[in-house]
Amino acid sequence: MSTTTDIKSSFISQYREFEKSLNGSAKGPLHQLRKEAMGIFEETGFPHAKNEEYKYSNIGKALEKQLAGQAITQASSLDAAGVQPFLFDELEANQLVFINGQYRPELSSLISNNSEVVIKELSEAYQEQPELVANALSKEANPATDAFLALNTAFVQHGIFLHVPDKAVVSQPIVLHFISDSSRGTTTSQPRNLFLIGKSAQISVVEAFHSVGEQSSFTNIVTTIDVKENAQVDYFKLQTEQDNSLQVNTTQVQQEANSRFTATTITLGGGLVRNNLNIAQNASNIESNMFGLYFLHGKQHVDNHTVVDHRKPHCQSNELYKGIMDDASTGVFNGKIFVRQEAQKTNAFQSNKNILLSDNATINTKPQLEIWADDVKCSHGATTGQIDEEQVFYLRARGISEESARAMLLYAFAADIIDQISIEPLKARFLKFLSDKLQTQI
Amino acid sequence: MLSINNLQASINGEPILKGINLEVKAGEVHAIMGPNGSGKSTLASVLAGREEYEVTGGTATFKGKDLLDLAPEDRAREGVFLAFQYPIEIPGVSSTNFLKTAINQVREYRGQAPLDAVSFLKIVKEKMKLVEIDQSLLNRSLNEGFSGGEKKRNEIFQMAMLEPTLSILDETDSGLDIDALRIVANGVNKLKRPDNATIVVTHYQRLLDYIVPDFVHVLYKGRIVKSGTKELALELEERGYDWIKEEADNIKA
Repeated sequence: MSTTTDIKSSFISQYREFEKSLNGSAKGPLHQLRKEAMGIFEETGFPHAKNEEYKYSNIGKALEKQLAGQAITQASSLDAAGVQPFLFDELEANQLVFINGQYRPELSSLISNNSEVVIKELSEAYQEQPELVANALSKEANPATDAFLALNTAFVQHGIFLHVPDKAVVSQPIVLHFISDSSRGTTTSQPRNLFLIGKSAQISVVEAFHSVGEQSSFTNIVTTIDVKENAQVDYFKLQTEQDNSLQVNTTQVQQEANSRFTATTITLGGGLVRNNLNIAQNASNIESNMFGLYFLHGKQHVDNHTVVDHRKPHCQSNELYKGIMDDASTGVFNGKIFVRQEAQKTNAFQSNKNILLSDNATINTKPQLEIWADDVKCSHGATTGQIDEEQVFYLRARGISEESARAMLLYAFAADIIDQISIEPLKARFLKFLSDKLQTQI
Repeated sequence: MLSINNLQASINGEPILKGINLEVKAGEVHAIMGPNGSGKSTLASVLAGREEYEVTGGTATFKGKDLLDLAPEDRAREGVFLAFQYPIEIPGVSSTNFLKTAINQVREYRGQAPLDAVSFLKIVKEKMKLVEIDQSLLNRSLNEGFSGGEKKRNEIFQMAMLEPTLSILDETDSGLDIDALRIVANGVNKLKRPDNATIVVTHYQRLLDYIVPDFVHVLYKGRIVKSGTKELALELEERGYDWIKEEADNIKA
């Protein structure tokens, strides 16, 4: 426990600095939230190894190793040209750029009409509607449930506030780019996003995580998404950071009746990544879909924790996560499905499939079902295997090189997740990442 | 074209092939027959380069090159084709994409430019007719959910697409009803040219009614114990393998 004390106190003193910098704005409902959250963090600190939820991912220890004693800076000299390679220019979309947790309007482009979607920096939205924003922040995510949620809440200031009015169909996707630039020193950022999706509204949101620079970076991001009645949300997370980046990425979703929410989380990069995806079904006839793909090399460590809470009858959830682990990488999957007593006629499916490409790669997978209702259809399962050598031989016997054969088979394994990327230019970009990673054309 | 000399191979340390000698010339069809466990499929696998078999002695020369020294993909690129006894299902790999990759990698090896989409599809259409294979099968994942007959037809279709100089058909007749057998055999016959050759590995004579061999060899306990013409196959059909086994065992004793 003593190992994480230093890093804990460094975040506490960072908080004191932050509080000072707020000057006059350090009052009001938002700051009350921050103080409470900091109180919780000071008390609990980072989760230690005995914490079941963080059993395989000791993030506090990793932070200690990478950040302790380092001066933290938010400084970056990235300009439009430096940001250019990260942007999805082939996509007709709203692209919002954050560098080290700071929103950079001059690097961003908004094309959607205000009647379709209101996009604001969180602090600006708070100034305009303090009660609404503070209420939403406290209602959607209870800092007492998770140390990183508490830490993020303590530092809540910047992020994106996104509001889609009732019945609005947002025709262009919203892409949020979070770039960690550690070229000028070790950097941390704790963005907080708040998406309010109105009744019968439709939207696609992409969050893309990139990093540059030689020093370490740590991103602790929280996104809360409120999906109202009949709304449809497609939510993509594309994580391609460098190996010197650490990330904790928490998504809290509240769904109302007849809504559909689909999350697709794709992790190709990052030294240590922890994703928490928590979905609460608050009414009937809700559909929740969770797809994930992680393809790891070197010493990468990627941990996906998901929770679906079936609270009401006649809902369904589908979950499929697939992992490919090479070298000495580690994958962790923990999927929880709760079916409450009231949630009769629930259909819940969960599957986690893994391929290990090396003897030194590891996967810890734990699918979990807890059912209190009696009239439900639920299934879960996990598999771990290797590439089928019979398949490799078959392809080679037709003149395909061994390298291409393996790449084709890995691509085939991942295909049903890749096909979830309904935005074509995004899919093309993702395939580029993937073929770079496979070091061959697919 | 293919010259096999005293070829020996084992799997997990157990010898299966114990000295095979075989000469195959352009334009010829050779049938390899024999009782179960005689090493027929092992011979086909060793020639195609299946890695779990260890070659412990002898040589196999294909068009002047040491075949055994080549990786499986390079054997295919040189013109060897193995029609699998049990074609593998590969979910997620589209049949079309697979074929295009295979053909273009073979072409690249031979110093030819890759086929563009239009010429590729033209060839596909033309060869599909040969084995009466349906377009819908090609829209699916490779062999996934194909019936036994569809899988075997797909093998011959791939053979037609790749235009090998030496085709090895490993028990292509197994699991086929008489109609499917006729279609598959017709496909093979239409692909026959004076400059290519075929080795038909089979347990039963019935395939040889359709694909008529120039030579028939009987494999037993890892050796070719008898060679002859198509009449030998008919004799085997009539008398079974026991007399061959007896003859061979007597010679050894």
